[in-house]
Amino acid sequence: MSSLNLDIDSFAINPQYRFQWETAQQCHVLLFPEGLVKLSDSAAEILRLCQQPTTLATLLSALEKMFPGVEGLEDDVREFLSDAREQEWITPA
Amino acid sequence: MPENKSGSPQLRDEDNHNLIPMWLLAELTYACPVQCPYCSNPLQISANRKQELTTEQWIDVLGQARALGAVQLGFSGGEPLVRPDLAVLIQEATNLGFYTNLITSAIGLDAAKIAAFKAAGLNHIQISFQGSNQESNKKFGGTDSFRHKMEMTSEVIHQEIPLGLNFVLHRQNIHQVGEFLETAELLGAEFVELANTQYYGWAKHNQQGLLPSRKQVEDAERVTNEFRSRHKGNMDVFFVAPDYYDDRPKKCSNGWATTFITVTPEGHVLPCHAAKVIPGLDFPNVKQHKLSDIWRSSDLFNKYRGTNWMVEPCASCPERMIDLGGCRCQALMLTGDAANADPVCSLSPFHDRVTKITDRASGEFDSSEPVPLLFRNMKNAEQFNQDQS
Repeated sequence: MSSLNLDIDSFAINPQYRFQWETAQQCHVLLFPEGLVKLSDSAAEILRLCQQPTTLATLLSALEKMFPGVEGLEDDVREFLSDAREQEWITPA
Repeated sequence: MPENKSGSPQLRDEDNHNLIPMWLLAELTYACPVQCPYCSNPLQISANRKQELTTEQWIDVLGQARALGAVQLGFSGGEPLVRPDLAVLIQEATNLGFYTNLITSAIGLDAAKIAAFKAAGLNHIQISFQGSNQESNKKFGGTDSFRHKMEMTSEVIHQEIPLGLNFVLHRQNIHQVGEFLETAELLGAEFVELANTQYYGWAKHNQQGLLPSRKQVEDAERVTNEFRSRHKGNMDVFFVAPDYYDDRPKKCSNGWATTFITVTPEGHVLPCHAAKVIPGLDFPNVKQHKLSDIWRSSDLFNKYRGTNWMVEPCASCPERMIDLGGCRCQALMLTGDAANADPVCSLSPFHDRVTKITDRASGEFDSSEPVPLLFRNMKNAEQFNQDQS
């Protein structure tokens, strides 16, 4: 797995994965070969913005507009993206 | 073929609206150019392709399944490439929002078809190998297709469709695991599944010739782990051990009628692809019933849902929610009653029936030992049909 430096590199949802809303489950999911992950609302908000290549700065600026005044947003987003990279949900783009 | 002779299955309303069949396995046809003696299809497969669902019927089934919440779709068989409408079905599934997986031997595949499937939105291809080289692939698949499988693997990678390779392991090829992994890596595969044979259908019939010894399984796992540590991160390798060597069973299909739904070539709907072996059940058909009624209200799907159907030792077992009593088909085949505990469980009063089978397999594998395997083809299936009637 190639490395991803969140402060420099742009990234996007892994092209093998698909992000979509599932009415029956009332949540967003990530679909991949022979499997799926149900996403929490906050994970879905972040991944929605990763459908096209993006950067951490762009992502944070968009999220801060959507959720003004939320404390610790950057730390939470960094932690999520780092997990998401580990799970290969996102890849350098 | 256990046809539904009593007419409509009894449908009853139960509150199963919260369960979603997230996985649909569409068995498009029983026709297959490969003759694997470990096929999990029923022994009485029908050669009569006129009974297969039409393109329009499949499209209707896909739409109904999607409305129920199905999102992962496997096109399987037999060999799904035999269906000339496969690209049309992939396109329809894509339009409906399915994530589509093609489960194939690659026989009948070519670069133009791969391109057509990709254009139709195909998300993933799984190619099965019957051996790690030309000779063993031919011996266990009954066709000389190894080179073609290699070429198609490379072509799928070249056309950038996510690809998994599947190598079905048994007594007579499990020692080739290392060779297969090297080949897979050379080809550039990202995902390899080393799946030990599961003993249903043809595989159950051929079990004595197929079940590896415990030592063979352990050797194969060791070789797999060594490969993983040498090639960290380049290729994901998934090893599925035969459950006969476990002391607890595996859940049936993630829990009977909780997650999976299989539609057979003729339109019968099953909670797991092997369920046709269970006697005394009516198998509802999409030609007569809505998929939602079958999923929620049919006797078949409610028969082993939850835990109310359990007998001892499962009924009072503290682990009953972990494995839900294991596999119903295995319970039936080895104990005579599908409601019994899966005898793989060491707590089952019938566990000795599993250990008798594994004891028989414990002898060291000798590559010169005779191989009395019955190959899965229409001639042998016809023989089973005649024997049954």
